[in-house]
Amino acid sequence: MTDATKAQTTPTLRSLLAESPILIAGLSILGFWLMVAILAPWIAPFRPNENLVPMALPGQRTPDGRLMLLGADHLGRDVLSRIIYGGRTVLTYAPLATLCAYSVGVTLGLIAGYKGRWIDELLSRFADLVLAFPVIVLYIVIIQKFGASGLNILIAVTLASSPGIMRLVRGVVLDLRTRAYVSAAQMRGESTFYILFVEILPNARGPLIVDACLRLGYVTITIGTLGFLGLGIPPPTPDWGSMINESRHFALVFPHMAVFPCLAVSSLVLGFNLIADGLRELSLAD
Amino acid sequence: MTEPLLQLDGLSVSYRTRRGPVPAVVDVSLRLNRGESLGLVGESGCGKSTIAFAIMRWLAGRGQIVGGRVLFEGRDMAGISREELRRIRGKRIAMVFQEAMSALNPCLTIGAQLTEVLKFHENVVGPGAERRAKDMLAEVRIPDPDRVFRAFPHEISGGQQQRVVIAMALLANPALLLLDEPTTGLDVTVEASVVRLIAEISRRFGTSLLYISHNLALISRVCERIAVMYAGEIVEEGPTRRILTAPIHPYTRGLIRCLPESGADKIARPLSPIPGQIPAPWERAAGCFFQPRCGYARDGLCDASHPPLIGYGKGSTVRCLRASEIEPGRIDAVAGEAPPAADGVAVSVDRLSKDYRLTPPGLRGLLPFADPLRIRANDHLTFNAASGRTLAIVGESGCGKSTFARVLTGLERATGGRIEVAGTDLAQLSVIDRSREQLRALQMVFQNPDETLNPSYRVGRQIARVASRLLGLGRRERAQRVRDLFAEIRLPAGIADRKPRHLSGGQKQRIAIARAFVGNPEIVVADEPVSALDVSVRAAVTQLLMEIQRAHGTTLILISHDLALVRYVADTVVVMYLGQVMEVGTTSQVFSAPHHPYTEALLAAQPKLEDDRGLHAPVEGETPSPLDPPQGCPFHTRCPRKVGTICEISRPSEQVTPAGHRMACHIPMDELVRAQERATT
Repeated sequence: MTDATKAQTTPTLRSLLAESPILIAGLSILGFWLMVAILAPWIAPFRPNENLVPMALPGQRTPDGRLMLLGADHLGRDVLSRIIYGGRTVLTYAPLATLCAYSVGVTLGLIAGYKGRWIDELLSRFADLVLAFPVIVLYIVIIQKFGASGLNILIAVTLASSPGIMRLVRGVVLDLRTRAYVSAAQMRGESTFYILFVEILPNARGPLIVDACLRLGYVTITIGTLGFLGLGIPPPTPDWGSMINESRHFALVFPHMAVFPCLAVSSLVLGFNLIADGLRELSLAD
Repeated sequence: MTEPLLQLDGLSVSYRTRRGPVPAVVDVSLRLNRGESLGLVGESGCGKSTIAFAIMRWLAGRGQIVGGRVLFEGRDMAGISREELRRIRGKRIAMVFQEAMSALNPCLTIGAQLTEVLKFHENVVGPGAERRAKDMLAEVRIPDPDRVFRAFPHEISGGQQQRVVIAMALLANPALLLLDEPTTGLDVTVEASVVRLIAEISRRFGTSLLYISHNLALISRVCERIAVMYAGEIVEEGPTRRILTAPIHPYTRGLIRCLPESGADKIARPLSPIPGQIPAPWERAAGCFFQPRCGYARDGLCDASHPPLIGYGKGSTVRCLRASEIEPGRIDAVAGEAPPAADGVAVSVDRLSKDYRLTPPGLRGLLPFADPLRIRANDHLTFNAASGRTLAIVGESGCGKSTFARVLTGLERATGGRIEVAGTDLAQLSVIDRSREQLRALQMVFQNPDETLNPSYRVGRQIARVASRLLGLGRRERAQRVRDLFAEIRLPAGIADRKPRHLSGGQKQRIAIARAFVGNPEIVVADEPVSALDVSVRAAVTQLLMEIQRAHGTTLILISHDLALVRYVADTVVVMYLGQVMEVGTTSQVFSAPHHPYTEALLAAQPKLEDDRGLHAPVEGETPSPLDPPQGCPFHTRCPRKVGTICEISRPSEQVTPAGHRMACHIPMDELVRAQERATT
């Protein structure tokens, strides 16, 4: 509508939440898993690597009478406790890997979009090259080569995700760099670094935040997949992906070993996606 | 009394928003008889477009008619079924929107879209439909109906697209045509010919028109009656001539007063802006909505009760409690100050050229050695700007005036020629190579108020940043400089703590002006500084720019397509067409005969309040593509005074009078004077 409509005060966080039930749902799921991960030592009934009763079914008790709500795995480790501690792994590595991918992707995207010409050409073609490669093969090659460790997961995810982020940022920058405030900054002699990170980047935040939430979801799945392929965090650290992997041989007989970690992964991914959807919905409203 | 074609009875429309219902249209009553044309004029957000949508019963999801009725041909539109509504829209009521391109389907040919109208409403198909469609294209003065019939929308120009949309609206021979800012985005010469077409149509087809626009001058060319809207309601309605010559409501007077009169300059008749800004629907004042901005408001009367719409003479109504006390008429001029005398040249432009290279479209562009397409955006420009004065560069879109601004400010590098400022050639010196002193001395005010400030930061911080970069001021001095500047642009200092989205367009543009003047520059380039603003705000910002310029003794280079503004503000005028200078002279030289034929066409196209319906023919056709400029004189394809093949073959050399009036035309100046004086008498 008019200028005057925009001249109203910014809506408060509370009114934003009231606008989007999807966002509330997403934030609740994420909040739940964050609480679980933080409070793990206090709420987990057992230590994650404690050997109790192998192949215990959900609801079975240990010899000393403690309840194993979701049963135990083939080494007799309590599934619930491992899921709770596994939340710590995934909620550490997923945001960390996304952050790394973003630092690289955003920087390259800003440079490619702003500088244009051969720099853009070079970076974009390199991004095409990485994107054209099947991601899972890329992960396997990297981790087979350098071994499975937390750091190598970060490197693999960064290499695989940053070209996509770069593309996104480049597109937004191509639009933003023509704005008069960028010209005004050039006309007072600002450095390229200042223009990229102070003038342009803050105004690209809208699409980037939505993308970051979606990407957190993908990275969660990726970490699960790597774990499943035996390329994740080395055992015995509890990890949802490796739990599913270990259950492979027993899945028909003891489905509880696979079902509960699977539910954990999908609920967390669902949470991230709902947040992304909610944020997008809010940004589209007026 | 005959039944009116369209009657609005106390129509009120609200939009549902987060803040609850927002009344966009409040108790509007209108009558439109058959064959009559009514203009609805008002600034952005006054509810004029909402009325058009409410008539069609086509309000967006959040809009709702909350009171009153719309009677079309005597029937209440509220009681009509969906199916019948579909038949009425297009058949009895047709609408022409702002953006012609988005009104046409890009995937279908013009012909398919035109014949669809006939098929749907009259069940006419085949050669019969095709013939009628082509006839209608000819009626709207499309030069080559057969070609356009087969063309896709992107293959024809913007002006032709709007003509096609009008043809489509007229095909089913509607009784009522709603036009919502139909010429926005078109160049002045094209706008003038489209407006002339619309005026013709209402006479020839007997169609009733409801013409919605913010431009009073345009509306006065088409309509017999005008209704002026402010803050969702009608404040004055009456015959066009009466509204223009003897407006009663203070808002109408203000609107007319803040348009630069085409014959006036800044000394004879300064603009008198309406103070303040248009209130948002939830900020409307108690009593009369206009009272906070009104010079006639009286305490205890105007803020006590809301004025009703009262009859005023024959066929007029006005919504003002003091209508009977206010003398009708335009308001007298107050003489302004003459600018100080010029002393020397601030900017000297010598044969400046700027080419853009484009990658050729399609596969050819992928070849590494493909010949790049060249666009000559500036072609050997030569002129001087006197220091402390205002130089205006005028021309339609694509004439290269903004390119010149970008080269002068160093945002682009010239291909050839010189721009001398303070003894240095700046043509090849881009911003990164300029010294702090050179940057400080030459600053710019940009066109679009929504893009000129960074939305992420408080405006005070943005100005302080300029002070620290260009003047190297410390923290405390910076804060002081920001306060001083805010006083100078007459904004409360508290605004410095706001982000741009909490400011109105006029406020943002004031801050942009302050930002340009932070370092006390010797030269300021203003690229269409007011064209995106509302009419009542435009005058205030123009006035401010001129005051600051005078106070600082700055040389102003104003880039604009608005001749009335240029005539009002400028001392020297440069007229450009397709990258070339057509005419250079002082304001009085350029605005009186002899004119270059292109300047003459621009002047004829300018909507004026004075000549009521006397529509002299402006040029037809549109600016050729700069990718393929005409040989010889660039204007020969449209020039009404073309002398012959010489115009197509050789580029005219410049004629110069002893007084410094320069013009690139094959017709000798004294011959032009005679021809042009004959034409005006």
